[in-house]
Amino acid sequence: MTARVPDRPSRPEQGFGAFVRARADAGALVVQPRMGFGDPAWMRAGLAATRAARAHTVGTLTLDSYTRLGDLAAIERALHDGMPLNGYPIATHSDSMTRAVLEGVMDADFPVQVRHGSALPQHIFRRLIALGLTATEGGPVSYCLPYGRVPLADSIDAWRECTELFAQARDLGAEPHLETFGGCMMGQLCPPSQLVALSVLEALFFRAHGCRSISVSYAQQTHPGQDTAAVLALRRLCADLLPDVEWHVVVYTYMGAYPVTEAGAYRLLREAAELAVRTGSERLIVKTVAESRRIPTVAENVAALEYAARAAEANRTTAHDPGTDSQTYAEALALVEAVLNLASDLSRALLLAFRRGYLDIPYCVHPDNRGLTRSRLDEEGRLRWAYTGALPLGHLVRTGQSHKVTAAGLLADLSFLRQKMDREAVADRSSSELTGSV
Amino acid sequence: MARHQEVEVAVESARSAMPSRGTVVVSGLASDAHTWNLVYLQILIEEFGYHVVNLGACVPDDVLVETCRRIDPALIALGSVNGHGRTDGLRVVARLRDCPELVATPMVIGGKLTVSDDAETLAPELLAAGFDGVFPDRASSEGEFAAFVAALPTAPRQLLSMGRPE
Repeated sequence: MTARVPDRPSRPEQGFGAFVRARADAGALVVQPRMGFGDPAWMRAGLAATRAARAHTVGTLTLDSYTRLGDLAAIERALHDGMPLNGYPIATHSDSMTRAVLEGVMDADFPVQVRHGSALPQHIFRRLIALGLTATEGGPVSYCLPYGRVPLADSIDAWRECTELFAQARDLGAEPHLETFGGCMMGQLCPPSQLVALSVLEALFFRAHGCRSISVSYAQQTHPGQDTAAVLALRRLCADLLPDVEWHVVVYTYMGAYPVTEAGAYRLLREAAELAVRTGSERLIVKTVAESRRIPTVAENVAALEYAARAAEANRTTAHDPGTDSQTYAEALALVEAVLNLASDLSRALLLAFRRGYLDIPYCVHPDNRGLTRSRLDEEGRLRWAYTGALPLGHLVRTGQSHKVTAAGLLADLSFLRQKMDREAVADRSSSELTGSV
Repeated sequence: MARHQEVEVAVESARSAMPSRGTVVVSGLASDAHTWNLVYLQILIEEFGYHVVNLGACVPDDVLVETCRRIDPALIALGSVNGHGRTDGLRVVARLRDCPELVATPMVIGGKLTVSDDAETLAPELLAAGFDGVFPDRASSEGEFAAFVAALPTAPRQLLSMGRPE
């Protein structure tokens, strides 16, 4: 099921994708934090601690939100006023400063991925290329619609330009690697089939513009069985549609409202690690016990990485692959095919798809999202379509009786998993106390 | 683009059978990409009978100020969860209060307003800067916010503004 391709990339032996592939071939799950600090010394310390963690790790350099938006004046003000930034300002700190942060920490055994969230990332890609950084993530849709007001057409143009620049930068010494963020759209309440479709479509976009080392994301949602089917559907679609690309799957630990108890937080992280192992995913982005409150510390990140690695080691079972006989696969395939059939040029196809509502993200308030779809959780915690709007899913999905979304109902769905994990963690503890087991 | 967004957002929203109590502007701040807080706020405020214009994420100060001046809303509700809320909120509330039309408009801010846990200590600073209510994530509840919305003046906006010095 893994894509070992006949036509290998130019430098398959080096880079982020090759590192993850090698670990996966050796049976290990690569774990990665979401970490970024404005202070260069903290950033370096965070990367060094990630590297030293007892786990197969890769590093993360998350940029601050002012850099993401290109508001460099705001960073100058924040630095001047001593106000902490929520990430590393790669376009403000000098390149020599950033090289010093990475020197002796980042190497072939510890690749570092830059994470940002910019719809117009030209200034960020210019810095990456200047610094020789060869792994980053995002996408023309997933870094645009959830996060701001940049027109989708502008984001698509910018990402096309950046992908082409980045893909040509093979003289940096490693194969440039791009990860789709499409499988994480909105963090929660986007039905799995649309997450899978978006991740596949963004991977096709990267490939169309020259990228040959790609990872496809999928964010853990609210039901383990449904998530398993979704990741297997993602793998099947990638195997079919990315024949000449080195690719792997990255699972994100739940991105919605996180459990507030430590036991609940770890329980959710364990389920994410088990999802990754069960589906043959090669990499996992972890979350920490501090997630519900604030940006986590380095120590909390290391604890989460090591816990996830242990949870993955402890559970080596593989899920049965239902193949094409899966509702999520059928929906995702229908969405991907409908978009690809709109135009031969994928940029144009994506624009048309959102204009016509063939892709339509529930609860996304961006001006270029139709906003005709809604989602909800069913009694068992599965994520369902409440309204499918103009999505080409009429033959596959029956939404039945319409469900009016109330504030209380939305809040209940948004906090369902937090409450479930906290409750089950407490129940587990009381039962283990009763039996005297640990 | 702002008008386009209003139309799109209005598709699903503000279909309450109640007569509208007026328009509320819900908005994120310039550096904040999160929107779930804003979607929840929108639906919650709509349930009180208001029409909501949801400007979404990463709203530049100019867009927020211009939209509020044009709409003359019954309430401006700013939500932020990325840790820059204090910085961005202090800056934009000064600009909003500088507008003659918005001198007396109720304005609130809530969410995770700094990168650490100390958001509740910031309330006095934000109130002094011009907000009428501050609802930090860990130090307030949605019930308190709902009570604030319920206590807003119910008079039609035009009558209310007649009594204001302008």
